[in-house]
Amino acid sequence: MAGVTQNDKTHMVRLVYRLKLFLPLLIFIIVAVFLVVALGRDPNAMPSALLDRPVPEFSLRVLGDEDRYVGQEIFLGEPSLLNVWATWCFSCRIEHSYLLKLSSQGVRIVGLNYKDNGKKAKNWLLEMKDPYALSIIDNIGRFAMNLGVFGAPETYLIDGMGIIRYKHVGVVDDRIWYDHLLPVWESIK
Amino acid sequence: MVAEYGHFALILALALALMQAIIPQIGAFVGNRLWISTVRPLVAAQTLFVLISFGCLIFLFLNDDFSVRYVAENSNTLLPDRYKISAVWGAHEGSLLLWVFILALWSLAVSIFSANLPAHLVARVLAVMGFISAGFYFFLLFTSNPFDRSLPFFPSEGADLNPLLQDVGLIFHPPMLYMGYVGLSVAFSFSIAALLSGDTDSAWARWVRPWTLVSWIFLTLGISLGSWWAYYELGWGGWWFWDPVENASFMPWLVCTALIHSLSATEKRGVFRSWTLLLAIIAFSLSLLGTFLVRSGVLTSVHAFASDPTRGVFILTFLVIVIGGSLLLFALKGPTKNAPSGFSDLSKEMFILINNLLLMSLTVVILLGTLYPLIADVLGWGKISVGPPYFNLFFVPLTLLLAILMPIGSVLRWKRSTTVSLRHYFNGPLVCSIFLGGLFPFFYEGYEPIAAVTVMVALWVIFITLRDVWRKSAQTSRSVLHGLIRLNASYYGMVVAHIGVAICIIGVGLTSAYSVQRDIRMEPGDQVNVAGYQFKFVAIGPFKGPNYIADQAEIAVTRDDSAVAVLYPQKRRYLASGQTMTEASIDSGIFRDLYVALGEPLKGEAWALRVYVKPFVIWIWLGSAFIALGALIALLDRRYRINRRKAVHA
Repeated sequence: MAGVTQNDKTHMVRLVYRLKLFLPLLIFIIVAVFLVVALGRDPNAMPSALLDRPVPEFSLRVLGDEDRYVGQEIFLGEPSLLNVWATWCFSCRIEHSYLLKLSSQGVRIVGLNYKDNGKKAKNWLLEMKDPYALSIIDNIGRFAMNLGVFGAPETYLIDGMGIIRYKHVGVVDDRIWYDHLLPVWESIK
Repeated sequence: MVAEYGHFALILALALALMQAIIPQIGAFVGNRLWISTVRPLVAAQTLFVLISFGCLIFLFLNDDFSVRYVAENSNTLLPDRYKISAVWGAHEGSLLLWVFILALWSLAVSIFSANLPAHLVARVLAVMGFISAGFYFFLLFTSNPFDRSLPFFPSEGADLNPLLQDVGLIFHPPMLYMGYVGLSVAFSFSIAALLSGDTDSAWARWVRPWTLVSWIFLTLGISLGSWWAYYELGWGGWWFWDPVENASFMPWLVCTALIHSLSATEKRGVFRSWTLLLAIIAFSLSLLGTFLVRSGVLTSVHAFASDPTRGVFILTFLVIVIGGSLLLFALKGPTKNAPSGFSDLSKEMFILINNLLLMSLTVVILLGTLYPLIADVLGWGKISVGPPYFNLFFVPLTLLLAILMPIGSVLRWKRSTTVSLRHYFNGPLVCSIFLGGLFPFFYEGYEPIAAVTVMVALWVIFITLRDVWRKSAQTSRSVLHGLIRLNASYYGMVVAHIGVAICIIGVGLTSAYSVQRDIRMEPGDQVNVAGYQFKFVAIGPFKGPNYIADQAEIAVTRDDSAVAVLYPQKRRYLASGQTMTEASIDSGIFRDLYVALGEPLKGEAWALRVYVKPFVIWIWLGSAFIALGALIALLDRRYRINRRKAVHA
């Protein structure tokens, strides 16, 4: 009789120990669930607060007309692309010709000349032609920071009410335009 | 055509890896000798093809083949050849290829140095490694192919390698780190093989230990190289930033450190068997998790390469299969019976247990801190990340506690030590270290309590460790010298590594306490006094490098009117990308580093300058080198050499 109890006891101890071995698996499952959920989100995407919200307030000078200050009213009335560019940005050079093509098709593009040298920026536009309706100068990057800019090039779709509808990080080309930007563009036009 | 050869070799390597993962494993289950024996040829063939593939990619970089998208994005005709080669692993695709190439090298090493192990065990170990390889080949081929062409319109010039990465440190840092990361797959595979076969005895620990030590050496060197690189290349004077990618490499290191210690207990006393198996699994799992965090884009970091959700999904799936699968296997088949050997509270086993718990707590702290932005985002608390204050708050006290307990554990005996003999053993070092440590800051400007504590703890470690060497060698009947020779390599390894920890602690503590930093505006001719050193801005002029132009300043440093050093910091502008880079200039010394970085140009000839005097900073890397050296010495231990002798007989 005593033998049986002893046996049961060791059996129980083993069982409890075995259950403990499941603990790491359990912890991993919890971590994995978090990772799965997090993967669906994009940390580079602008703070969710900004999507479908108005462009943050700003008052910045216009490239080529430095005495003129403009604010978010430049986005009112018709939908625009806001394109972040700079002469130091290699990819912007690649993207430039595509922007020219878009502007010739009647897309209004507002440039955000980001942390750049004004003289160089003007030369760049003279040399390679200017696709922008106007370019605003953000030397310090303050407005860009409020907008959630990570670097250049970046492109935002802004509707006629000045509301941000989409953000693309990186070069815009045919593939990006037709797959991602155009559908949104059509919907806000 | 070379790109296509490389691509094709990669596909063949995948096929071979799949065979390596399946055939020997089944062979080991059913006991088919022929199937088991396929493993070594398969490993060799897989290594050959991934080597070909890797070679092709290097060839493409050296020949500026910009029709290959990856080359066009990361290289440039002006790039010096050595950076063309390091550019191969400068971005996502190539670094993955390096990862899997190194995995193949480790598999090859296991297949060569395992002649004396049971054939079915080797088959299982290598099959597990083949499985991991196959996962990475799939990942490469389907989401991140480095051989993709951008035909028909390809650029005539490449976009250049990120200037930050154009540095000698970056040629060696990733391969070193990957050697460590990937090396942990060996211990992992041994662990899985042991669980599958049910043989989890002490012999297992003896086989795993040298492999773990080797990957630990690489991890240690890789991490410290990275930190050194950050120190002199980023121009901020910092050497550790608690960046997610740094954390991703540090967590496996901590767990691997725990593993090395618990392996010694398992090997010598047969205790902690399931715990050791688990640590081996966790160490490699954290390497994989690190890869996931960096590559999936769930976290942003200065290190993060281009992120892409499909890649994230792929890695996460792989992660769940590998980690989830092995933890399930562990739960089902982990040993529930330890060797019947109790140990008292005052024994080496107990201190190894405490060491493991502390190291795991540190790992959990870092893991939580790293994942916190992600957790907060998922739970809807907003986009928040925790910074260095959080990490330091937990890290500093836990590390100090670990360091204080470390030498005690190292002198205790297995099973039990007596309190009486111990008290007189620790009294001397305790008094000496408190006295000298408390005195130390008086020799510096300003009494910093943290400096005193640092020196106390470091001396405590060094005194007890050296005293123990003396005691152990004096115990033998003949001379002390004879005793010194008789001590085994693995003991010496521990001594060197523990002293390395003490050196590291001194470096970290004193740099934090006594670094002086000045951000100032200077014109040629200006002088500034920082911590007793006179920095004179002599001149600034243009400088031309192979693929950049720069403004180079000349800064003469003097102390008490005698010349100390002349520093030439640069502000570089890379021609291809137009990116500007700060190249700090450093005069390193044992007791202090003088560090000057150019900030922004101001009006006229004036510049903003960052001037630092950082005492003892080099001790951080010196200590790391000692730690790695200690592991290397331990590796020479006779216990592990027996294997080779047997191998010759067989």
